[in-house]
Amino acid sequence: MNTFAFGTLLRQPAAGSILSLIAVILFYVLFGGVDLGNLLGAASWVNFAANLGIVALPVGMLMMAGELDISIGAMIPAGSMTIAILSGHYELPIIVGMLGALGLGVVVGLINGFLTVRTSVPSLIITLATLVAMQGIVLSASVLLTGNASVALNAPDWSKALFGQLIGGSFQIIILWWLALTAIFALVVHHTPYGNWLFAMGGDKESARNAGIPTDRMTIMLFVLSATSACFVGMCGAILFNSAQVSGGMNYIFNAVVSVVVGGVLLTGGFGSILGIFFGTLTFAVVNQGIYFTDIDRNWSSLIIGVMLLAAVLMNNTFRTMAVNYSPAKKK
Amino acid sequence: MTTPVLELRNVNKSFGPIDVLHDISLKVNAGEVLCLLGDNGAGKSTLIKTLAGVHKPTSGEIWMDGERVDFGKPKDAADRGIATVHQFGGTFPLMSIGRSFFVGVEPVKKIGPFKIFDRKTANETAVKAVQEFGITRIDDGDRLIGGLSGGERQSLAIARAVHFGARVLILDEPTAALGVKQASHVLRIVLEAKKRGIAVIFITHQVTHAMAVGDHFAVLIRGALAANFMRDEKSREEITDLMAGGEALADLGSEIETYMESHEGHPPPPPAE
Repeated sequence: MNTFAFGTLLRQPAAGSILSLIAVILFYVLFGGVDLGNLLGAASWVNFAANLGIVALPVGMLMMAGELDISIGAMIPAGSMTIAILSGHYELPIIVGMLGALGLGVVVGLINGFLTVRTSVPSLIITLATLVAMQGIVLSASVLLTGNASVALNAPDWSKALFGQLIGGSFQIIILWWLALTAIFALVVHHTPYGNWLFAMGGDKESARNAGIPTDRMTIMLFVLSATSACFVGMCGAILFNSAQVSGGMNYIFNAVVSVVVGGVLLTGGFGSILGIFFGTLTFAVVNQGIYFTDIDRNWSSLIIGVMLLAAVLMNNTFRTMAVNYSPAKKK
Repeated sequence: MTTPVLELRNVNKSFGPIDVLHDISLKVNAGEVLCLLGDNGAGKSTLIKTLAGVHKPTSGEIWMDGERVDFGKPKDAADRGIATVHQFGGTFPLMSIGRSFFVGVEPVKKIGPFKIFDRKTANETAVKAVQEFGITRIDDGDRLIGGLSGGERQSLAIARAVHFGARVLILDEPTAALGVKQASHVLRIVLEAKKRGIAVIFITHQVTHAMAVGDHFAVLIRGALAANFMRDEKSREEITDLMAGGEALADLGSEIETYMESHEGHPPPPPAE
């Protein structure tokens, strides 16, 4: 019975990421001399995972639908700068700053989405363009409006409590947002018709459209979701740290894509799971931040990430083949 | 006289200056298999796409059940019960049978304010629909499409179209990529669909497959209808010849033989176009 359950687990898209997570933790414990209790109780990697995870979820959903959004790298600082300029520099109520930050995400998401739907340019190129363009806009707007590339923000208590609180002194409140969003997206993607549409679009957009799925609207919505999520992460950062910088955010692009791919989402779309993205993000965070708990030199962490990425993708390919060829009636 | 389910009257289609379909008139009745034969580039795909609402005819009329119809987009044709199944049937290889069966029309059950995809119903319905067509090997709706054989995928796609009320089933080379055994599966399913009173338009290269199921044959050559006849009106050889663009294949065979005899066993060079 146990082996049966194990087999079922292996055929899930999340299998590779769960095994990767276990392997990485084992590696750190065996070769890095990590005290497991110490690592599990630490906030650093959970905070890291939560910030990354909120962006990785919609990026992964886009990838399932066969699209890619890398403009998130510019949208994170864009979100934090918007709230800081509106509510910090101009001292407008915090709610205006928040709506401004999220609204900017919606606008850029709409641009990405419309361009992807209306032109035949791959979304990687479109979002690369908006990535670079938004960096320029954010930097010039910031210098033009405030004369500075870094703006201070003093958020009122209620917004701090919701978006920028440290629970237990070190755990960012955004962790709870991440968990909630994971649960919501998991429900939507795996248990509603919308999720089915997502996979159909990633499998074959033409057939999906012929089947009556509003593929254009879905694509635009997904881009809005990812840009807005990135702005949300930026906004929470600004509220937490009482300031916003123009730079930063570029790391998120690769980190999010690695998390999603380790999480078993097929780069070309049509296959993946929210649980996989969740564990992929966790794995990435443990590798990236957990290394500080080891005796291993910090500089090795990129090597580990590279090896892990390759191993996870190879595992995912194997498991996907298993899933495809699986048939319950194996009587040969 | 029965009214044909689908009828084309003098349909022309051109893309810019290029004439692709020339004055096509065709009828297909309920419970009848129309085999559409023709070489590559004869205009078969354009004809199917016109029927499926992808292209609008440049001139001419399409009639359904004695009523003139105008397909602005594929959805219009689908709503009237025209379903196309393409060569590679299951188009979502990484989706489960149940999920792909219901793409776009997912069954839901309400849990509180949420509409939840009803996986159990989807799987059961899909498996039942396929098994009714005699494919008993498919018994688990959670299996992924990619794990099915080519014939099973075709059968699933046909069962899906019939389940959702197709009245005209357009099969685009369903047997082209299949082995003999798989192809006979698909042919059996074509006959089953016919028995249920569905008008089938069966596009193929293979005369054997066409002869096995067809009631009515139409041969397209360079966009025009070269022949249009009922079963038993022509022999297999005549049909094969027609498909080869009107040239008699039998004659070609003897021609080559004579050439090889007089040229030390070398085959003739391909004709210059």
